[in-house]
Amino acid sequence: MNFDLSDEQKMLGEQARVLLSDLSPFDRLRSLIDSGAEWDEPLWRALAEMGFLGAAIPEDHGGLGLGALDLGVIMEALGGANAAVPFMSSIILGAEAIRLAGSDAQKAAWLPKLASGEAVATFAYAEGPGPVFASGATLEGGKLNGNKSPVADAGIADIAVVLVAGGTFALVELNQPGVTRTRLDSFDQLRPHYRLDFADAVAEALPGAGKLDQLIDQAAVQAAFEASGAAEACLTMARDYAMERQMFGRPLAGYQAIKHKLADVAVATELARSNAYYGGWAAESSPDDLPAAAAAARLSGIKCLEIAARENLQVHGGIGYTFEANCHFYYRRERMLAVHLGNRGFWADRLLNAQPGSQGKAA
Amino acid sequence: MDFNDSPAEAAFRAEARAWLAAHAPAHVLTPGEKMPDTEEADRGRAWMRALYAGGWSGLTFPKALGGRGLSGPEAVIFAEEEGKYQLPKGPFTSIGTGMALPVIAKHGSDEQKARFIEATLKGDTTWCQLFSEPAAGSDLAALRTKAVRADDGSGDWIVNGQKVWSSWAHLTDWGILVVRTDPTLPKHKGLTFFVVDMKTPGIETRPIRQISGASEFNETFLTDVRIPDANRLGAEGEGWACCMTVLMGERLGSGAHRSGVEPLIDYAAATPDGHGGTMLDDRAIRQQLAEALAEEQGERFFQARLRTMVSKGENPGALAGMVKLAYAGRYQKTNGLALELRGLAGIAPEAGDTATGDVQYDYIYSTVMRIAGGADEVLRNQIAERVLGMPGEVRMDKNVPFETLKG
Repeated sequence: MNFDLSDEQKMLGEQARVLLSDLSPFDRLRSLIDSGAEWDEPLWRALAEMGFLGAAIPEDHGGLGLGALDLGVIMEALGGANAAVPFMSSIILGAEAIRLAGSDAQKAAWLPKLASGEAVATFAYAEGPGPVFASGATLEGGKLNGNKSPVADAGIADIAVVLVAGGTFALVELNQPGVTRTRLDSFDQLRPHYRLDFADAVAEALPGAGKLDQLIDQAAVQAAFEASGAAEACLTMARDYAMERQMFGRPLAGYQAIKHKLADVAVATELARSNAYYGGWAAESSPDDLPAAAAAARLSGIKCLEIAARENLQVHGGIGYTFEANCHFYYRRERMLAVHLGNRGFWADRLLNAQPGSQGKAA
Repeated sequence: MDFNDSPAEAAFRAEARAWLAAHAPAHVLTPGEKMPDTEEADRGRAWMRALYAGGWSGLTFPKALGGRGLSGPEAVIFAEEEGKYQLPKGPFTSIGTGMALPVIAKHGSDEQKARFIEATLKGDTTWCQLFSEPAAGSDLAALRTKAVRADDGSGDWIVNGQKVWSSWAHLTDWGILVVRTDPTLPKHKGLTFFVVDMKTPGIETRPIRQISGASEFNETFLTDVRIPDANRLGAEGEGWACCMTVLMGERLGSGAHRSGVEPLIDYAAATPDGHGGTMLDDRAIRQQLAEALAEEQGERFFQARLRTMVSKGENPGALAGMVKLAYAGRYQKTNGLALELRGLAGIAPEAGDTATGDVQYDYIYSTVMRIAGGADEVLRNQIAERVLGMPGEVRMDKNVPFETLKG
């Protein structure tokens, strides 16, 4: 057993962290919010140049053909920086849906463009309040009808993979008369969401059926990497602030009330990271174990970032509630990540249903 | 990253598995079975003897001292395989090989190593730990049991004081003992470490009745106990370093193990909810079970990361305390939920329902898991200070002669 990242994977993660700390500092995030930007496009171009966008896309489609753990270290770095880029939408979900379910022609048409960053994809699965994965939209005779809402990054996406009736996927180009994009008031100001309305939009089916589970299991593992990276950043930020801030004649970090809080955050973060490692390993090497591994990683990812984001702001006290402090980026991102791809109830069901011997699915 | 064994590890695991399949069944404990502690001790000793005879005792100890001289992941693999059987291991055997032998191997003289290591690996010598005192638990260095040199010129030490929470002290042959030899020094400096024959006159152990009903812990009274200087481990006044070696072994030994979330899911799935479904249909119960399962898996895989560190020669240090902190709390939560799932039968099971009896015992036992081997609060301090680099606690006793401290 060697349950650690390889040296190459550690280097890849370090490269991503260095790039992000150079190009995506917190002041940059503030200016993106103030300008109402859709995303950090220069950062996206830089990620493309480094080869990060194509990391897990097959080599014959313009990528590097790396695996889930390589993707994971990149996601961990993106989560740590709270980066304003559609990596989850375009790469983890959009490109992967096409790779899993697309025809050769669809793959040839889109994967190289997604790997190079020339095109951006998103995955449209929700239809307003109610079940997170809804398939009320229909694809018949090459025409897509219905709506999807909210859809992350749909303002900048060129294409969407849409979950439609029958649990299959439709591929639709968003820049056409049959598609209306309406920007929503997104809780995470760095991750705009849209409502998409389709009225006889021209679309085509992805031929592969029954790929939704694998797609979202893989994405859940990546979301756990993103969450543990963000939680680690919250922990470091809170620790550093507490070391500096003097209270009652000594550093705030010397008080047990603060130390114990952050120790608990550290434990939750390491457990989530460990589950993410296992999920990454299962995605690459042990597909039968993926459903349970992904659900456990997703649950512990939600949990660690929830306490990390909340306690980070708490440790900062009143200053943490200001726009000038940096806690709010993670505090908003955390809620977005907690419901994106299904909330903890959804993943609790999946975890229990993946247990051998257990029966009885809740209605 | 690979969660599977390497070919060499797989071969070792297969060898261990085959040996255990042939020898362990004769020693396994029956769930729910109660027996006198002397019988449990005898059965523990018999298992140690079987291990030694088969070449599985002391895998990491030098061959010259009766061990197997291995340095890789083999001990972990064997522990995993052995853990599949409910064997009479307990503190009776684990204090000896897990705590006494590492400190003897690191700080002991050649004579002490030759005298104790092989005998312990064989199951001939058994150990208890005489560390905690009524006023020195988490603050171990506050201990007051004292040793002074005998005035007859023999060089022997005369010990007086009281120890507490010593598992199995009433049944074991030898104890590892830390005492104060110089109260004029600050509290960590004036301590000295000994091994002591538990049959020495002046040692009296009294079992403590615990909330579980069992009495594996003792209080031990030491009255004019004479210990030869040859039984001192390490230099006079250097006892704290020995304690740290023992506690590191204890921490690494008290790692995560599976604790029954999966059987609990099966139990919930098999138990009617009175509305035509099962307990597992209840969303609140599903949520709690799933969260517990995710945590349990996280602990297991974190432990796997730590083992990988150890196998690469790195020291996990305070990271090892993270697993213990997470596990002990969740174990209590899980067993509390298990009792709740049984309804009223959880608090008063029908005769013969040993499974519920075990859950009740585990729920009670979970309280001590959060205290022994580093209380939750001590572990949180260690994680904050040694992993996160936060400041140490404010110390009123630092650099102050022990004898001038209040308390």
